[in-house]
Amino acid sequence: MTELLDTPTRVGTGRGARNRRAYLMTAMLAAGAFALFVLTMMVGSYSVSAPDVIASVLHLRENPSVDFIVRDLRLPTAVAGLAVGIALGISGLLFQRLLGNPLASPDFVGISSGASLFAVSAIVLLNAGSTFVSGSALLGALVSSIMIYLLAWRDGITGYRFILIGIGVSQLMMSLVGYIVSHASIHEAREAMTWLVGSVGQAGSGELRTLVVALVILLPLILALERPLRVLELGDDTAKALGARVELCRLALLAVSIVLVGFAVAVAGPIMFVALIAAPIAQRLVGRGAGCVAAAGCVGAIITLGADLVSHQVLPVDLPTGVITGLIGAPYLIWLLVTVNKEGRGG
Amino acid sequence: MSTLERSPNVETGPGARPRAGLVVGLALLVIGLVVVCFFSITLGARGVGPATILKAFLDFDPNSASETVIREIRVPRTLIGIFAGAALGLSGAILQGVTRNPLADPGIMGINAGAAAFIVFGIMVLGAQSVGLYVWLAFAGAGFATVVVYGIASFGREGATPIKLALAGAAVTAVLTSITSAIIMTHVDALNELRFWQVGSLAGRYFPVLAQTAPFIVVGIVLALGTGRALNGLALGDDLAVALGQRVRLTRVMMFVVVAVLCGAATAACGPIVFVGLVVPHVARMLCGPDYRWILPYSMLLTPMALLIADIIGRVVVSPGELQVGVVLGVVGAPAFIALVRYRNLAEL
Repeated sequence: MTELLDTPTRVGTGRGARNRRAYLMTAMLAAGAFALFVLTMMVGSYSVSAPDVIASVLHLRENPSVDFIVRDLRLPTAVAGLAVGIALGISGLLFQRLLGNPLASPDFVGISSGASLFAVSAIVLLNAGSTFVSGSALLGALVSSIMIYLLAWRDGITGYRFILIGIGVSQLMMSLVGYIVSHASIHEAREAMTWLVGSVGQAGSGELRTLVVALVILLPLILALERPLRVLELGDDTAKALGARVELCRLALLAVSIVLVGFAVAVAGPIMFVALIAAPIAQRLVGRGAGCVAAAGCVGAIITLGADLVSHQVLPVDLPTGVITGLIGAPYLIWLLVTVNKEGRGG
Repeated sequence: MSTLERSPNVETGPGARPRAGLVVGLALLVIGLVVVCFFSITLGARGVGPATILKAFLDFDPNSASETVIREIRVPRTLIGIFAGAALGLSGAILQGVTRNPLADPGIMGINAGAAAFIVFGIMVLGAQSVGLYVWLAFAGAGFATVVVYGIASFGREGATPIKLALAGAAVTAVLTSITSAIIMTHVDALNELRFWQVGSLAGRYFPVLAQTAPFIVVGIVLALGTGRALNGLALGDDLAVALGQRVRLTRVMMFVVVAVLCGAATAACGPIVFVGLVVPHVARMLCGPDYRWILPYSMLLTPMALLIADIIGRVVVSPGELQVGVVLGVVGAPAFIALVRYRNLAEL
């Protein structure tokens, strides 16, 4: 009898320890992301010390030359890297959890390619400025995801159909992108190709502000939706039995992640692999319980900022961020595919 | 004993069609292909009549623009379409049979992207110039991608399921594309050349390409047409195929080699083209039932028709410019792919 009475407390302490570890890990990841954020503003052809950077960003000291370099030149890139990374990391996690497949990130299931098609059309066909390009990227993400959602709808959505139809839609979009690029003048084609690879540095201030505002509004919402997400993962029937409104929850979570992807792609182009690899890394470090969403966002920011630093400071040639994330992501992806399939979670 | 001897003639199983009908269908397809070829030669920015075609070959006048167009552009282009189409159709049918997976396709599986990435790498980094070298690079790339994608997808208990294969293909394509972009971004002049080729088009590369790729495709076609019986065995499942005396592993390896040769040559000839190798074998299966000995020749004739029709549409719709055949097939093929995912029970093969 006493033993029986004891068990709940023991379970409770076990969960408490796990949660403490998760919070500690998340805090460390956040600190890492912040450190990279500051480092991005420190290094360059003229280096600035960390206290100077922080003082300048927070307007604690006035020093015109440092202020110009930090606030006007480097801060937008750093904020873009941070915000894009967080947005991609979180949306990747939501997609993978919702569709029940660790490989179902928005880059592969057609969301990013829809955004690419619209943005490239804007660059080549309409000679649009950066704000308009970003707006069309967002529109493209929405259009392609609505298309995939509707086409995959048959008495509800299954992750299986959503992924396959997403891959089909993505092929369609990419063949249209190829057509537009091949019909452009060489300068526009180069601009479009650069945009297609994705780079943190290409952010315009308007789009960046939109992304930051969206993150500030959506983050509390996502944290609130984390519990329904975990209920949904138990399977539709169980979730219904537990009283969750399955389709509504799924639609809300999908909508949030699509908006995040759309804004992120609008800022930096379709940077590959960040959304794919952030969530599995976060889950490995933190576990699948509480705080995973925040951790995934931090890992995404670390990857994006790190890739940007590597491309600008380490390599002799200045390459777009997307190339670096692609090269980091490739071996990881292969390893992920193999392990996931071994465990039988690949679908 | 007598029943055993007669057994090839006895049609069994669901969906089997009478043999005479299948032969007639094949003959009709040959006629259809000839008709499509005729239109492919005559239609275009400069319309030409049948008389001019005959004259171009029997009594060639180098000063006549129409006859030069026919000899130098239209006929080679049509031939490339036929060869590449046959290669893509056969490799799609074989892939679907070998992997027993209705979504297996050289485009979806990233095989064409593999060939494309290796060619870009060869041109830009190794400085390859001759078309002859492109073909070998394309083989290497196609083979590499086939092995990687199928290898990755077949880890785990259930083997290479449709969704694992599609995701592995999409992922490997993404990796290869990002490597290709990295190379292109650092060589500005290369972009101008490659952006045309990357779409998938029959235009622009004629006799040298034909001369380099056609021999490989012909060998590939001969080998591919011989695989029907083995594919029928594999369709019964590995255990039964072994029981019937097949060496399953060896058969698989051989078929992947054939697929790599066919896809590599087709990609070297006209760039990465998706969807056609996926959809046409399904059409062939609808027409002639589940027997691969018939599916293979049907796919071989139907795919060039689809490719040439797409090419003609691309030339006529935006005349005097043109839509590349890869774009037309992408736009037409995607809905077919989606319909396949929605309405077919994917465990069917």
